[in-house]
Parts: sequence; structure tokens; C-alpha cells
Amino acid sequence: MKIGYACKSDEHRIARRQFLGSAAAATGGLIAGGMGLFAQPAIADQLRSDQKRIVVFNMHGGLSQLESWDPKPGTDTGGPFLAIPTSVPGVHISELLPMTAQQMHHMCLARGVNTSEDDHGKGAYMMLTGRRQTPAGNFPQLGAVAAKSLTPSDSSLPGHIVITPGGSGGRGNDSAWLGPKYASVALGNGNPPQNTIRPESIAETSDAARQDFRRKINERFLNRRRTAVTEAFAYSFEQAEQLMRQRDVFDVSKEPAADVERYGTHDFGRHCLLARRLLEQGITFVQLSHSNYDTHNENFNFHIEQMGEFDRSFSCFVADLAVRGMLDSTLIVVLSEFGRTPNINQYYGRDHWSRAWSVCLAGGRIPRGAVYGSTNDNGTEVKDGQVDHGQLFHTYLQAAGVDSTGFFNIDGRDMPIADPAVAAVSELLT
Amino acid sequence: MTIPEGFDPKQAHVVSQWPHDRPLNACRFDPAGRFAFCGSEDAIVERFNLTDGVRTLFNGGHSTWVRAIAYSKDGAQAISAGCDGKITWWESTAAEPKPIRSIDAHKGWIRTLDVSPDGTQLVSGGNDNVVRMWNIADGSLLKEFTGHARHVYNVAFHPNGQMLYSGDLMGTLKQWDVATGKETRSFDATPLHSYNGGQQVDFGGIRAIAVSPDGKWLVAGGLHKATNPLGAVHEPLVLLYDLQDQTEAGLKPVRQLIAEGITGGVVWRIKWLSDGSIMGLSGGSSGGFLLFWKPDAEKDYHRFALPNLARDMDLHPDGLQVATAHYDRHLRITRLAAKVT
Repeated sequence: MKIGYACKSDEHRIARRQFLGSAAAATGGLIAGGMGLFAQPAIADQLRSDQKRIVVFNMHGGLSQLESWDPKPGTDTGGPFLAIPTSVPGVHISELLPMTAQQMHHMCLARGVNTSEDDHGKGAYMMLTGRRQTPAGNFPQLGAVAAKSLTPSDSSLPGHIVITPGGSGGRGNDSAWLGPKYASVALGNGNPPQNTIRPESIAETSDAARQDFRRKINERFLNRRRTAVTEAFAYSFEQAEQLMRQRDVFDVSKEPAADVERYGTHDFGRHCLLARRLLEQGITFVQLSHSNYDTHNENFNFHIEQMGEFDRSFSCFVADLAVRGMLDSTLIVVLSEFGRTPNINQYYGRDHWSRAWSVCLAGGRIPRGAVYGSTNDNGTEVKDGQVDHGQLFHTYLQAAGVDSTGFFNIDGRDMPIADPAVAAVSELLT
Repeated sequence: MTIPEGFDPKQAHVVSQWPHDRPLNACRFDPAGRFAFCGSEDAIVERFNLTDGVRTLFNGGHSTWVRAIAYSKDGAQAISAGCDGKITWWESTAAEPKPIRSIDAHKGWIRTLDVSPDGTQLVSGGNDNVVRMWNIADGSLLKEFTGHARHVYNVAFHPNGQMLYSGDLMGTLKQWDVATGKETRSFDATPLHSYNGGQQVDFGGIRAIAVSPDGKWLVAGGLHKATNPLGAVHEPLVLLYDLQDQTEAGLKPVRQLIAEGITGGVVWRIKWLSDGSIMGLSGGSSGGFLLFWKPDAEKDYHRFALPNLARDMDLHPDGLQVATAHYDRHLRITRLAAKVT
């Protein structure tokens, strides 16, 4: 999908192959089949206590740290909003997050983020891959790395889900050298993956016969031409079939009406509830988006609206994961491509600012009720505890139990899981 | 209304400018015409003496930005409101001002205040979607007007004091019966609101309301053509309603007043001038302008470019002086008449 950014950058225009769509459609064609990868009944619906998961809230456009995690009331840069106390004594956040403030004892704020990149696309890339973009190659996003590292080998569900506002859904182009098996499955506007309903014109028995035929042909083909690519291709067909069988996993309407009301009846509330459902069903990685924070104009009006929506749904999500005992096994990350300028421009707006901003974390090995790092009095510079995208990427993975200093073996070549030039932030890990 | 001697908007020129420490948000002349009070990007109310520009700071009434200023009818008391949801009363002429009283009036911002023509009632509009009426003498709550679904951006009394108007983010413009507190009419001001699906934001709203002194016309101001709300691309717009038309058709604007060529602007305030024309303040990425319209024409007949983007405006009781609150930390006084040589 295309998000309309105020500054007209086009970095989020990710080309999405309609992978699942074509895969599902192709189940009726000649080139189909697989290796019976899911011969065993799906077990992912039984949540494993030892399975680690990650959920990322991507605040599209650049959330203002001053209107969220690092308020500076009363200063020339502070804006009109006040700071409020939280459930952690001494820690204050913006008054725009009153419900989230009551969950602060589960959370940790990294207030010293400095990524030195004020471009939307480059900033987003850095925050989701832990690296700077290079002409030499692409790096897999956090979701793909998590899916490969954390998804049980016998899982019948995709390990990498992106819930997008709007759009038709499909497969993402975000797994780089990890291959299409770990690319995101997009749930356009929170709806189940497209083309996951068997057409009425095809009887169940006919469909089963066609699938059997596909497998036989495919196995014969793979006996002579087995490669990682052909296996990934076959896997995607099998996964599509599993998705069709387990479509309910993605059906948020199965959640209690009271929860729908509690989370908020807007899209983001529904998406948060869907994220909870997906994690409970054993999905490894879920990324949600909340738009739009690129507030060069009337920053405060827009943050009232957006933060109000976010606060309710996000606080319910954190509280529910805590109540269900899922926080130890689920890392929560709230990130953006950058923060916003401390300076308030003439349109009551804030512009792009990557030199001193905040990321919110919770769950996994992240310390609870903590703040790491700080900015100066008016928020223009990091004062202590400075971290960058690469360090945070390591930290996310280690918080979820992945040895980020390790390697993936890709076609015989060791590829570092995260940037070997930097390390995790030990203070952000327990 | 008598047209003051020398009145000529086409001769408008800045006569004074006085600095403050922070960008200004709001400004109002006091009814006696001695001072201009301002609100800014801090918790302070500023008073400028119009004769010499001497600035006096009013501390202790607010905890954050001040967005709205009003006065008792005799001007003895100034009243401020802001993003802390408080309304604070002050002695206007105090040498060392202290709050007379401060009340928690709204949950969330107060963007607007107005005083009834008889000077007994104060109304406020808040981000809690409510309009409240207060006894201006003691700050007690008189009435609540509920029905807005989104933030209330502006309120204004009808000159007869029997009716009140309020507008919100969504372009809902309500007429209330002051005596009963009941909504009596709802005007269509939706051209002042837009939803941008790409950016997923509601934008615009009724930033300004004014009723003509004869009570025949109602105007609502704001913006339209918001092709890029987050990037400040939108044009100023004023909607004109015929209050004498009590039919269904009267709920629709009879005319849209536009300003061609201003691609970054929003109307923050409207004042009716002594010659029956309409003056609007536009501030935005195109700069600051005083725009002048005749009620019977769509396009502005004159525009005066201010030295810097402005966010609020007021007309002096003499009908000639205009105060504007600017981003560049200045209060400016513009005179709608030829320069005195």
C-alpha cells in the first residue's frame, strides 16, 4: 500500500508480489505440489510456553517523542501538553497516554535513541533491519529474522505477519537473502490473507484430488531439481493450503465483543486485537502500523487524535499479554523511522529528528518499569545512554532469545544475523 | 455601525510591533482600547500597553499554553484560557497581576472564549466536545451545551445574546438557544472539514465564527482544498450563511469566500468591519494575510500581506486598528487607514 507522507517521500511504497494470491490461485493449476511439509496436524494452535514471539508497533511517519515517551513540559520545545505520572514512581510520559501510563511497570523506555538519519525510507529501513542501506545488498527485516529464528519447524502458520492499514494484502518483499519463506504475509486492513476461501465451484473432494495430483507431480520434479528456491516454492503452496484450513486464526470477529469494545472499534483497535489473537495462536512475529505521524503541520492536533487511538488499544494489548502470562515470552517494540524536531515550526508542526528520540519496549528479557538513557532539558540532544538502530536490533533479538551474534547459513555462506560491528545494549536486557 | 474617519483597508499598514519571548498564539484588545492581551507558547499571559508597547507578564494562571482571551464588559477583568483546561480571571490594569480566580473548566484544551453582549455570561469550548457557559462574575457553571462529537474549535454569541454558535473539527456548526441550552439549528459547514485517507487524518474544522452586527449574516472560517494536511497545503475559506432564511436551505452556505493564490492558509479569525465587509486572518505556509471580502462577492477585494505568519487577530474598538499574534514572537498593530504623514 501507499501511505501519503507529508513530505512526499516514497520509501514506503514497497512492491508487494501478490505471492499468496497467486499461490492459492495456482493450486488449481498444473504447477503445484509440495513435500507434505505439514503432514502432521497443526500444532501451532497450542501455544507453547517456550516459544518466543515479537510484536512491533510501527508508528508510521515519525512519532513525536515529546508527545509520547519523553515529554518536556514548560520548555521552549515542550509544546502544549503536560507530563503525567505513570505506574512507575518518578517516570512521567505525555498526558496523551493516560492508559499506557498505567502499564508502565511492564515497560521500558529507551530515551537516548540517535540514528542520525532524517529520511523516512532510510530511517525505516535502519530501524527494521538494524543496518544502513547499501547498494551492495539488502538485509532481512526483523520479522523475517524472527520467523527464521523462532518459528517451530513444524509450524503450519506463517511466522511473519504484517497488519497493514488499507491495502489488499499479499506477500512482502522484506526477507532479503532469507528467501520468500520468511517474507511477510500482509493482512490488508486486518483481513485474513487473500484468496484463502475455496471457490464454491470446486467441491472439497475435487480440491483434495487436485492437491494430491499437485504433490505427486511436484515430488517427481523435486526428486531431480531440489534447491532452496524450489523448496520455498513448494512450501508456499503448502502454507497457502494450511492458511485456507486455518482461516479462523486470522478472523478477529471470533474474539469476544467486549474485547472489541475495550480495544476500540476503530481499525487500530481491531488490529491490536488481531495481533493478540495471532500471537496466542502461535504466530512468531506480528507487525502493526499506526498512521500517520509525519506532522509537519499542526503536530499537536494530530497527535491528540492519533495518540488517543493508540493509547487505548496499546494499553489493552500490554495489559492483556501481562494477564495471560505472555509477556515473558513476547517482546513488544514501539518504534518509528525517527522522532520529531524539538523545535516547533510556524504551523504548529514538528519536522524530522533522528538525533534524540525514544523507543518503547516491553516483555522478553527487557527490564520492567525502567528508563534507559536521557535527553537534555529541551530534548535536542542525547545526554546519556545513547543507542542506535544496530544496537537496538541486537537487543530486540536477544530479548526474544535469539543469539544475535550468530550466523545464518545461506547456501553455504555464513551471514551475520545482525550487524557484527555493534552489540546489544546490555542495560536493556535482564 | 459608524465608519471611522480615514477607514480604508486598502491603505492598511503596520504601525507598531512589540516582541515577546515565545511565538504568540492569541491576542485581544480590551474593550476600553488601552491594551492588547496575548497568549503564547508558554504559560504566561502578556499585556501590551498600546500607547508605548510596555509589556507586563501575567504569571501563575496556567500550567501550559494560553490559547484564548476575553474580557468583562467594562474591561476591568481579563480572562484567559488554555491547553490546561483552565479559565483564569485577572485584573486588567494590575501593575503586579495575580489571578483573581482559576477554574478547571474542561478536560483538555480550551481553544475559544466569548462573552455575551450583556457581559454576564462567558462561554468556552473544549477538547472534551462540550460548550460551557459560566457566570462571568463568579466563575460558576451556568449551563452545558452537549452534542458535538469532536473537539470544539470556536464559539460566538449572536448580537441579540439569545443565541450561541459553536463549531467543531468535523465542520458541524450548531446554533443553541441560550435560555434553554437546546440545539435549535445545525448548519452545514462540512466544506471546512476533510478526511485524508492516505494520511488517515481528519483535518480542518471551524476555526472562526462571527455574526454580523445586524444579526443577518453568519460566517464560519477555516480551510479547504487540503491536499496535504500533514504538510500544510490547504487554502483559506469562509462560509457565509443567511440567518434570515429560516428554511432548510438556510442551513447551507449562500456563498464560499475564497482567496485565490494562497495555497497554504487557514482562516483563524473573522471580524465584521464598519462598512459591512468581512476581514479574515489567514496564516499558513503562504504567510500571514488580512483578507477583505464583500458579502456579495466570492473573491477577496483586497489582501494585506503581514510581515510574518499570524495565528490570531482582533479589531480595536476604534474600528481602525488590528492586532495580530505572530509566530516570530511579535504582536503587531496594523492600521486600516492611510499613513499619517
